[in-house]
Amino acid sequence: MKQSTSCDALLVSDYMNGNEAALCELITRHKERIFRFIYSKVYDKDVAEDIFQDTFIKVIKTLKRGAYNEEGKFLPWVMRIAHNLVIDHFRKNNRMPKFENKDDFNIFSVLSDGSLNAEKALIKDQVESDVRRLIEELPEDQKEVLMMRMYKEMSFKEISEQTGVSINTALGRMRYALINLRKVIEKHNIILTN
Amino acid sequence: MAKLYSEPSRAERVNKNLVPKEETIQFLLDYSKALSVIDYNKLKFEALLN
Repeated sequence: MKQSTSCDALLVSDYMNGNEAALCELITRHKERIFRFIYSKVYDKDVAEDIFQDTFIKVIKTLKRGAYNEEGKFLPWVMRIAHNLVIDHFRKNNRMPKFENKDDFNIFSVLSDGSLNAEKALIKDQVESDVRRLIEELPEDQKEVLMMRMYKEMSFKEISEQTGVSINTALGRMRYALINLRKVIEKHNIILTN
Repeated sequence: MAKLYSEPSRAERVNKNLVPKEETIQFLLDYSKALSVIDYNKLKFEALLN
């Protein structure tokens, strides 16, 4: 162990003096231990891989800047960096929890994309044009009330004022308009769903 | 044969042969070769040269 740490110190100083092969030796020597340490905390190989990479990026930057103070503690120092990055990882995940899809539960079964896809948009257009055509078949007085209510979003009070009939008559026309529409839809087996 | 519903303990899972991917190591070595720190008037600049 004593010899290994002194060798580390030698390799670190070699690397700081520009010998790239020394870094390869340092990584090869400690990769398993550091990786296993990270994995034992995060239990995800991909995350462990990322943290391992970030750890050595920090190591490389610090050594190249000459900011590392050699005290014969290379491995504990790297482990401390890895440990801090693991903590950062969990902090980040707490702020933004991650859902993983398991066999029995898929997050996309509860989340859906609200916007319509191309097929659904086509069906929606078709349904709307079918409804328009059906409305055209209604008697004029019923059609007028229904158009004002559904497409112009007018209140029955406004409809009665505009058409010159009482509110009750307007309500009655709306009711018959809907009944007649349903009749036609049922009679011709028209499917108006998306 | 009855199904086993238990998972290996954490320690067992960690004890598997765990090493980082070869690509990760290669990336680090390449990154190290590309990175140079330039000293200028007590300031240190990092430069990644491909």
